[in-house]
Amino acid sequence: MGLNVSEIKKDFPVLGQTVHDGRRIVYLDSANTSQKPQSVIDAMGRYYETINANVHRGTYKIAEEATNAMEGARGRVATFLGANSSRELVFTKNATESINLVANTWGRSNLNEGDAVVLTMMEHHATIVPWHMVAAEKGIELRWIPLTADGQLDLTDIDRLVDGAKLVSFTAMSNVLGTINPVERLTEIARSAGAMSLVDGSQHVPHLATNVAELGADFFVFTGHKMLGPTGIGGLWAQEETLDAMPPFLGGGEMILNVTTEGFTTTEIPWKFEAGTPPIAEIVGLGAAVDYLTAVGMDEIRQHEVELTGYALRTLHDRFGDDLTIHGPAEPASRGGVMSIQFKDIHPHDLTQIMDQNGVCLRAGHHCAKPLMKALGANATARASLYLYNDEADIDALGDALEASGEFFDF
Amino acid sequence: MGLEDLYREIILDHYRSPRNRGELPPPAHRVEGFNPLCGDEVVLTIEVDDEGMVKDLKIGGQGCSISQSSASMMTAAIKGKSAAEAREFIEAFKTMMSIHSKELGDDEHGELDQIDPDLDLGDLEALKGVVQYPVRIKCATLGWNTLTQALDELSA
Repeated sequence: MGLNVSEIKKDFPVLGQTVHDGRRIVYLDSANTSQKPQSVIDAMGRYYETINANVHRGTYKIAEEATNAMEGARGRVATFLGANSSRELVFTKNATESINLVANTWGRSNLNEGDAVVLTMMEHHATIVPWHMVAAEKGIELRWIPLTADGQLDLTDIDRLVDGAKLVSFTAMSNVLGTINPVERLTEIARSAGAMSLVDGSQHVPHLATNVAELGADFFVFTGHKMLGPTGIGGLWAQEETLDAMPPFLGGGEMILNVTTEGFTTTEIPWKFEAGTPPIAEIVGLGAAVDYLTAVGMDEIRQHEVELTGYALRTLHDRFGDDLTIHGPAEPASRGGVMSIQFKDIHPHDLTQIMDQNGVCLRAGHHCAKPLMKALGANATARASLYLYNDEADIDALGDALEASGEFFDF
Repeated sequence: MGLEDLYREIILDHYRSPRNRGELPPPAHRVEGFNPLCGDEVVLTIEVDDEGMVKDLKIGGQGCSISQSSASMMTAAIKGKSAAEAREFIEAFKTMMSIHSKELGDDEHGELDQIDPDLDLGDLEALKGVVQYPVRIKCATLGWNTLTQALDELSA
């Protein structure tokens, strides 16, 4: 059973909008941020309209309901991720904050001069820069897993790379190449080498059924806005004993058990890492997002995206031949619906500018992965990325927009 | 507001056939400029003589049609001018970019002669359509910011 995409599209108000004198929006930038279904928008509005109050403090009715709405959402998101308990799920602003949390707490208290952290050449800056910052302070060594020609991790030298390492940090799915990495194998390699593992699930959680217990990572991070949820909410998953052993991150209200003029003690996890009033409406919205994804079915979404990616790779190559390069694995089953493209010699900024005139929304740039761009020999690419609300007509519109760009810059 | 306002023929001409392209050998002063949004990089090499005259300058690196054509037109406008005149050009060009960015939504391009009546930006006026596309302003100013940095370093 395929997805009923024409019905799904109706759930997303932005997709019903038009731009540039009546052109429908062809949204192909979900790896950047996804559109939001009406149910998510309504859940957040309803929270503000009916039970808005601060959480974990008030003794009155709506404060209790706000707390229940937030903690209920935590439970549903934890279940969606395959966590054993909602205590394993810390809410953060986004995946970037989650990684910074790990770097600043576990990293700064466990890493010392000469220790190694292993990253890959396909990482987002969010996985790179926090460790550069720790390196500047602690003198740790960063090692890099290289890539094969078709954009997969080259693990031929992995034993030497992880030897003596304290952490292996990598993306579950590349935001540029679409490559789906062998997460379970890599977390096992890390464990065997005595290293912790940190998995960036930002591109994985929205598109593939995710079970953190099976993936075997020590830390797993994700962001809400790429999975139909609002901006400003994401999370960090780790086992309870891991979180318990970590020092706190931000200090303030909510994260304490007691404060005196001499010092403070922290409260229990996960709130120990959630200083200050949390983004309650966003957490409620994220809960509604996982409800929506669960109702559609993650396996169905994945199947749809494999088919649509296959359609895109096939038809675009047929139409444009050697004029078009699509980076990453050739086989749709080994990749997500993220396609970084280079077309003729047209600069990605110029390409996406012409596409915008056709209502087609693509991201141009380095996609916050400059080391990968350098490895690809490009400063920038244009990137089309798919989700459950895209269909073959959207891919055809992408092809038409490419054709229009080719004609405009035909010189 | 159509694409032809952004991609004027003179812009595409400079993109197709960039002027003063490449790098001057040392001891020419060399500065790299980055557009953090898109990853574009330009390399500007410049020779200023003892009288403060820009004897020669070249632009290398990669970029989109807007950044490359703007940099190309910039080299054509600046070459042979004094460093002080170059700075006036920079000011006039950046004013053209920012004044219009404050009037977003206004389809009128405004009057350039409000900025500096004595300075003729020549071909560069073709770039004023860029301000209707705010995200591309950084493309248009990449070469100019790099030139500013080079002049600052040379006068330091």
